[in-house]
Amino acid sequence: MNSFLSFVKKEFYHIFRDKRTMLILFGIPIAQVLLFGFVITSELKNVQIAVWDKSNDITTNQIINKITSSGFFELRKIIYNEKDIEPTFKKGKIREIIIFEEKFAEKLSKEKTAKIQIIADASDANSANMMVNYTKGIIADYLVKRNANIQYPMQIITKERMLYNESLKNVYMFVPGIMAMILMLVSAMMTSISVAREKELGTMEVLLVSPLKPIQILLGKVTPYLALSIVNAIIIISLGYFVFEMPILGSLTFLMTETILFILLALSLGILISTVAPNQQVAMFVSMFALMIPTILLSGFIFPIKNMPLVLQWLSALMPPKYFIIILKDIMLKGTGLAFVWKETLILTGMTIFFIVLSSKKFKIRLE
Amino acid sequence: MENCSVSVKNISKTYKTNIALSDISFEVKKGELFGLIGPDGSGKTSLIRILTTLLMPDSGTASVENLDVISDFKEIRKKIGYMPGRFSLYQDLSVEENLNFFASVFGTTVEKNYSLIKDIYYQIEPFKKRKAGQLSGGMKQKLALSCALIHKPDVLFLDEPTTGVDAVSRKEFWEMLKQLKNKEITIIVSTPYMDEADLCDRVALIQKGEILKINTPKIITSEFNKKLFSIKSENKYRLINDLREYKYNNSVNAFGQHIHYTDINPKPDTDELYKYLREKGHHSVEIKKTEPTIEDCFIDLMK
Repeated sequence: MNSFLSFVKKEFYHIFRDKRTMLILFGIPIAQVLLFGFVITSELKNVQIAVWDKSNDITTNQIINKITSSGFFELRKIIYNEKDIEPTFKKGKIREIIIFEEKFAEKLSKEKTAKIQIIADASDANSANMMVNYTKGIIADYLVKRNANIQYPMQIITKERMLYNESLKNVYMFVPGIMAMILMLVSAMMTSISVAREKELGTMEVLLVSPLKPIQILLGKVTPYLALSIVNAIIIISLGYFVFEMPILGSLTFLMTETILFILLALSLGILISTVAPNQQVAMFVSMFALMIPTILLSGFIFPIKNMPLVLQWLSALMPPKYFIIILKDIMLKGTGLAFVWKETLILTGMTIFFIVLSSKKFKIRLE
Repeated sequence: MENCSVSVKNISKTYKTNIALSDISFEVKKGELFGLIGPDGSGKTSLIRILTTLLMPDSGTASVENLDVISDFKEIRKKIGYMPGRFSLYQDLSVEENLNFFASVFGTTVEKNYSLIKDIYYQIEPFKKRKAGQLSGGMKQKLALSCALIHKPDVLFLDEPTTGVDAVSRKEFWEMLKQLKNKEITIIVSTPYMDEADLCDRVALIQKGEILKINTPKIITSEFNKKLFSIKSENKYRLINDLREYKYNNSVNAFGQHIHYTDINPKPDTDELYKYLREKGHHSVEIKKTEPTIEDCFIDLMK
């Protein structure tokens, strides 16, 4: 049998016989997608609130009804004095308290102004902000509806539309991000570990003292992971498409081509790491710190790049996943083709070639 | 030299400040079973790694089958078999899979060269479906040897093949090497076990990166020019100390249950030694003349 083919076969044996490898390869991607999809969500849903209604009239009741029927909030407690505010929050379940002033309806109709106080548990700052904004929005909406027949002398009407993600779904953010992360993990980390394992167990010594060329060893290592990464990419895309209704407006073939480009990039990075790492542990830590964490933090996956300090923005320009995520979003959400993402594609191609050349230069044909 | 398989000329190798090999030269004939004998850290592995093109020497030249280890390393890698000191096969692959893999790496098949490994492989063939990691130490060595031989190498390098293997398997392993010799494969084997030296055609005794002596084991032991005694008494530890205090002592070394002793006099007076030991409180003293082994020569040369 051809020596390259039997190398690939051997590599597949290693992968399929190691439960941990299989788990990292197929368990983690599925778990990640489902986790990000179902658990980690920044949308408000059923926030428990309490009300201190000093007025208790038609207007306050209408407002409370409107808030609780929105689906975002759930009225859990009625309180009657100031002393109750602190203990209510301290119990931890209730995260917002709405207080209506006395004679609310009366004041509103006579003095044209009435006051509502919103107190939020800001130990989670982001969601506190969102809760307050949602509440304010609902109250404003109530007022607009009530005054529907009154004509103001002047009015500015804003109408917003969230293009490419009309309902502001998180899933549109995380599917491309997860895909970049998983492909990085599987391709780079797994290949670097598997090359490092050969070094650690001494089998690399035997492979070196054989007619195998370095390029054959490296291609033999990379091929199985390329195949498995493509399978992974398909799993993630299908999970996004079927479970979370992530649209794919662009061409699927183009999407897969770009994905394979990114996989190749990650694989060449993995090989580069393995040429430096003497054992599996080092390979894993380098992959973790040099690849995974920047992928998560600096690629725009979780934190918007535009909000970062300038230095970090420059750093993020060096992160391959950043470009991959841009490409993925463009293809999936906007349905664009190469004409719109040629720049990012070019950058990824350039990086891939750079890493391949660098790692083949660094690959040692001897032990030192 | 026409009949020369491996030639080493003035090889030196240093790791940072550690001298691994200093100015080593020797030649190995075709079809010879050549032993590199020396304790751990004497430079055996470095030497084998230089010859297998895994390391580059700091100075000096070496050639294998008339190919230079630095410039012709690609050619050499096609012609040699190498078995590293550690078990270096894939533990998660079965015996059969390992063998097939290494055969195909060298562009051959197990069937084509089966006759070469038959004598070794038939012993582990019943376990061919077993994972290499689950084999016993002796069986692992047999498998590793089969894998190193499967492509019919001209020269076979074995780095401490018997370290960590039980006595019976060690013996079997050397028998196998003897048989390979008949197949005209040059074998270079390193070992820290002095008793294995006698099984080689020629040996190089290595200590601290220098060759103390190269010759056939017979000639080396015959060159031991002192009378050697094997001494035994009921208390070995006390015996060593007392012998070391004896005024005519030249060397005292533990050797299994016995003590190997040489005297500074060319014609030692055993009666006086008996007397001395009895005075020291040893009762059942036994003094016998004995033939020197490679180990005795090694210890003598180390001084």
